[in-house]
Amino acid sequence: MNIEGRIWKFGDDVDTDVIIPARYLNVSAEEELAKNCFADIRPEFATEAAVGDILVAGKNFGCGSSREHAPLAIKAAGIRVVIAESFARIFYRNAFNIGLPLLESVEASKGLSDGEKAAVDLATGKIEGLKGAFQAKPIPDFMAQLITAGGLVEYVKTTKIAR
Amino acid sequence: MSMTITEKILAAHAGRDRVFPGDLIEAKVDVALANDITAPLAIKTFDEIGVDTVFDADKVVLVADHFVPNKDIASAQQVKLLREFAMRQGLTHYYEGGESGVEHVILPEKGLVLPGQLVIGADSHTCTYGALGAFATGVGSTDLGAVMATGEIWLKVPPTILLRYTGALDPHVGGKDLILHTIGLLGVEGALYCAMEFSGPVIRGLPMHQRFTMSNMAIEAGGKNGIIEPDETTLAYLAERTSSRFEIFRGDPDADYERVIDIDVCQIEPQVAFPHLPSNVRPISQVGDVPIDQVVIGSCTNGWLEDLRDAARILKGRRAAKGIRLIIMPGSPLIYAMALKEGLLETFLQAGAVIGPPCCGPCLGGHMGILAEGERAVATTNRNFIGRMGHPESEVYLANPTVAAASAVLGWIGGPEEL
Repeated sequence: MNIEGRIWKFGDDVDTDVIIPARYLNVSAEEELAKNCFADIRPEFATEAAVGDILVAGKNFGCGSSREHAPLAIKAAGIRVVIAESFARIFYRNAFNIGLPLLESVEASKGLSDGEKAAVDLATGKIEGLKGAFQAKPIPDFMAQLITAGGLVEYVKTTKIAR
Repeated sequence: MSMTITEKILAAHAGRDRVFPGDLIEAKVDVALANDITAPLAIKTFDEIGVDTVFDADKVVLVADHFVPNKDIASAQQVKLLREFAMRQGLTHYYEGGESGVEHVILPEKGLVLPGQLVIGADSHTCTYGALGAFATGVGSTDLGAVMATGEIWLKVPPTILLRYTGALDPHVGGKDLILHTIGLLGVEGALYCAMEFSGPVIRGLPMHQRFTMSNMAIEAGGKNGIIEPDETTLAYLAERTSSRFEIFRGDPDADYERVIDIDVCQIEPQVAFPHLPSNVRPISQVGDVPIDQVVIGSCTNGWLEDLRDAARILKGRRAAKGIRLIIMPGSPLIYAMALKEGLLETFLQAGAVIGPPCCGPCLGGHMGILAEGERAVATTNRNFIGRMGHPESEVYLANPTVAAASAVLGWIGGPEEL
């Protein structure tokens, strides 16, 4: 699957409270959540992010609260892949479970700049930016299965409930 | 065949003789927990999977604690979803209103978590129950929805970081300071994807509530769980709360650890985590002049009865400084009742405190104590991220209950010796 879009760049330790502040968690509808994604640290994100855009961050992206509203808000805002040096573990599970793919690459995280256009091949983990190409770690097999199945719900339906 | 306690519990729940770090396992779940923020999405997942009933109506626990008493119409709608689901499914353990408190306080209090169990909660602080010798970890709503439907979860077996605490503790230093110091040492991603195991003579000497505080904040170092091997203290705590049988797992002496970190506690002072990361810690002597507007005592980190006793000892015969809003929230209805019986609530009222209901309250900027632009709070909670307790330009400083109480009286961040 190929993704092409603008890069939204963030730093290290971006926590789920800033991805979607708790005061907006009294609803679960993802289109509502998307309206307030990064409201406190980057208010223009919610209105300017477009379908196909790419989020790039540093270390430990998605740390803190387990709120799945965070990857849901990011996905509903249009982001189709998040590239970071590393991810907090609950966010990592949540993102793949809801069908938002994540790629880990220290080089891409450092080499890609905010606002530039980039292209990502999810199958190979190849990322092409303005200043060159980067190779992300391949998506682990089980995560790839989740993405192929269409998220955890479909995976559970086909592998557990059916059997 | 050597394994850590975490590996043993995971192996037992995956029906295997042994597991290795990195193994992907399907594990059986003993307790599945969600709250009023995470359950609505989990219920949606459950419905989408399309089974009629939860895997075990005694093992799915729903607690309304985040935005309760319902702060607005939208929150009330969410709790209504939980209530209707709980009724429809005949859940044994659904808690709201006067039966409810902070989830991670009431589950141990009711004896719902036992050593050796595998607990999955749609709340990041589910790791609290590691203090009982259970494997407990937080997940998101979709994972939890799938657990409610199947009773199983896929997990990657984490490598373990063993933290050994030795030396004599300063009397003003406790579990909160040890875990803040540890997070400062490791960083907020220092234990990413890892099991944290707290051990050593200092841990053996800690009372149960302080062990809960330590396990509670394992997630703040990125940990998957934060486990403590059960001992006499654990068994005495459980004996008062449950007659259920359980299996105690212990790590093998020659088990493989990814890292072993020895921490000498002799020099550790009360710790304060500055904005905006829990790892941004300073000893109380290095805090400097930080005037404050609010103090919050409570939460799943420090809402235990003993925490309230610590605060009351400081506040007895004193008052919060003029202009300081002191908010105290007992962790559960039982703790509230005990605090009333012991006279703690009277001490708090005389100190000028607002006593809140047992819930998460302002910890996550939900309600009942939101900060305005430029305001600062000292809180016994677990996170001080940007905007965590209110306005993005507000600040949260994390500390133990004694420092929080002393700071309320002083009007700036300080320890009891400054009073």
